[in-house]
Amino acid sequence: MMKLPAIICRDPLRRGIALIPWLVACGVLAYAFVAGGYLVTVMSIAMIYAIFVIGLNVFMGFTGQVSFGHNAFAALSGYASAVLTATYSWDPIPAFAVGLGLALLVALAVGWPTLRLKGHYLAMATLAIGLIVYEITIEWQSVTQGYMGISGISPLRIGSYEVDSDRGKLFVLLVIVAFSAFAAGRLRASRFGRALAATAGSEDAARALGIDVARYKLVAFLVSVAYAALAGSLFVHVVEFVSPEVFGLNMVVLAFTMLYVGGIGTLGGPILGAVIVSLLPEIFRGFKDYQDLFYGSGLILLLIYAPKGLAALGDMIRSRGKA
Amino acid sequence: MTLLSLQGVTRRFGGLVAVDAIDLEVADGGVTAVIGPNGAGKTTLFSLISGFQTPNAGRIIFAGEDITARPPEALAAAGLVRTFQLVKLFQNLSVLENVEVGCHLHTAGGVFSALLRSPGTRRAERETEAQSREILSFVGLDAVADAEASALAYGQQRLLEIARALAARPRLLLLDEPAAGLSADESRRLTVAIRAIAERGTTVLLIEHDMKLVMNAADTVVVLDFGRKIAEGPPAMVRENPAVIAAYLGAAHA
Repeated sequence: MMKLPAIICRDPLRRGIALIPWLVACGVLAYAFVAGGYLVTVMSIAMIYAIFVIGLNVFMGFTGQVSFGHNAFAALSGYASAVLTATYSWDPIPAFAVGLGLALLVALAVGWPTLRLKGHYLAMATLAIGLIVYEITIEWQSVTQGYMGISGISPLRIGSYEVDSDRGKLFVLLVIVAFSAFAAGRLRASRFGRALAATAGSEDAARALGIDVARYKLVAFLVSVAYAALAGSLFVHVVEFVSPEVFGLNMVVLAFTMLYVGGIGTLGGPILGAVIVSLLPEIFRGFKDYQDLFYGSGLILLLIYAPKGLAALGDMIRSRGKA
Repeated sequence: MTLLSLQGVTRRFGGLVAVDAIDLEVADGGVTAVIGPNGAGKTTLFSLISGFQTPNAGRIIFAGEDITARPPEALAAAGLVRTFQLVKLFQNLSVLENVEVGCHLHTAGGVFSALLRSPGTRRAERETEAQSREILSFVGLDAVADAEASALAYGQQRLLEIARALAARPRLLLLDEPAAGLSADESRRLTVAIRAIAERGTTVLLIEHDMKLVMNAADTVVVLDFGRKIAEGPPAMVRENPAVIAAYLGAAHA
């Protein structure tokens, strides 16, 4: 508590720079609300990714572990929601509950044996589960309709109130993102969160202080899977369509980009990363054939000049000033 | 009364016998130091006692219970907490948070209590913080409580590791070369701190090369050489022991 006011008084420049990405992100979200149209859809998808990345950050940022297959859990829950609401006319919330339960069961089956071992066994196992679930969504045509995908999924519905306007969807998503970030913040600032941070800092030291690191890794994994499942279900209700590609390996690549651009281990990083990274292709679209080149260059520049992510921009300026 | 007892504890690495059928008794209360030349098996002995390695033979009894081959987290819960020769702080946390992690065993709460953050949880958090600040002031780190752990000077990092271990309220505190890399002045202050810890009722078992610290802090000294115990007794007696002098200086000097 002593440190914070000192920084604010002494270094207004640093504080100002730290605020820039937030101003951009809030500005874009506000503009999307006012202007409507395509940007609302882009930002809605960005907010769904934000939820996914907030969860990934609990496991990778807070706990220092790696998972390449969180897309599998979004897919399990997303398809459960899609099939149960579109084919069996369930309500979205019970359908999500089934999807969440399914994702957690699979996560427990994968995480329980692999997280007891030292090393990157879970990372490999999650990569495998990501590919397996992807194949299932393609091949189990009687349920998933393969590459065709499932359309006609009901929009978000809370009781009898249906959210079908684009702005309404974005608003609901913003509220859920706020709750998700708030929950992650509370987790971090607790005994549980400190045990995760200790696991990330030094497993030996954590164990020497009585922390069962295998158990905490597993619980952190399940928490992050719950976020992934929520993101998966929200996706199918917001877009009202699902196909295997939605939850493919590209989802992992995009989420990793957001996590690192935004700032891994920080509280605001996942949201910043989700907004900014979702915006980049839209900005570079005008370059037509060269857009991937500019997108890639933009990412590289961000990682060179903000290696700890946009959420840690202020820290970087200070350390630069010292050096 | 005996707090920790080793009976014929042996650890082999391939053909090398790092710890060779060691019997050791650590009394409840006071400070015991394990000394010996490099490669005498001190660090392996510590790893065996703290559960980071398992013995090939022998038994380890702590507070009347057989704890042989129990994992470190179970031993910490039983009251046996260690520090590391190469400091293993949580660099990603503040000084205060490092000590708060040390309070883990004596607090409760998981995911749901973190999310709900009830008045009871808040109170527990405040108590954890107060206790941690008290321990920090005990080791003289209260002024840097809110700094990042990675920003501390080396001597302070060593003290923080001890503070963090104390927060776990051990019955037996294992210190693995606590004075390594400290200045003479820091080492003197560490000696005072170790005596103070013992006086507060925590039994201390330490490995150390700093003879001044050993002679001033320890009540009992155990000497190892080539994985075997060659002497045991009060510091003044051990210092005069011919076998010990031979081990340190070579047989010709004995």
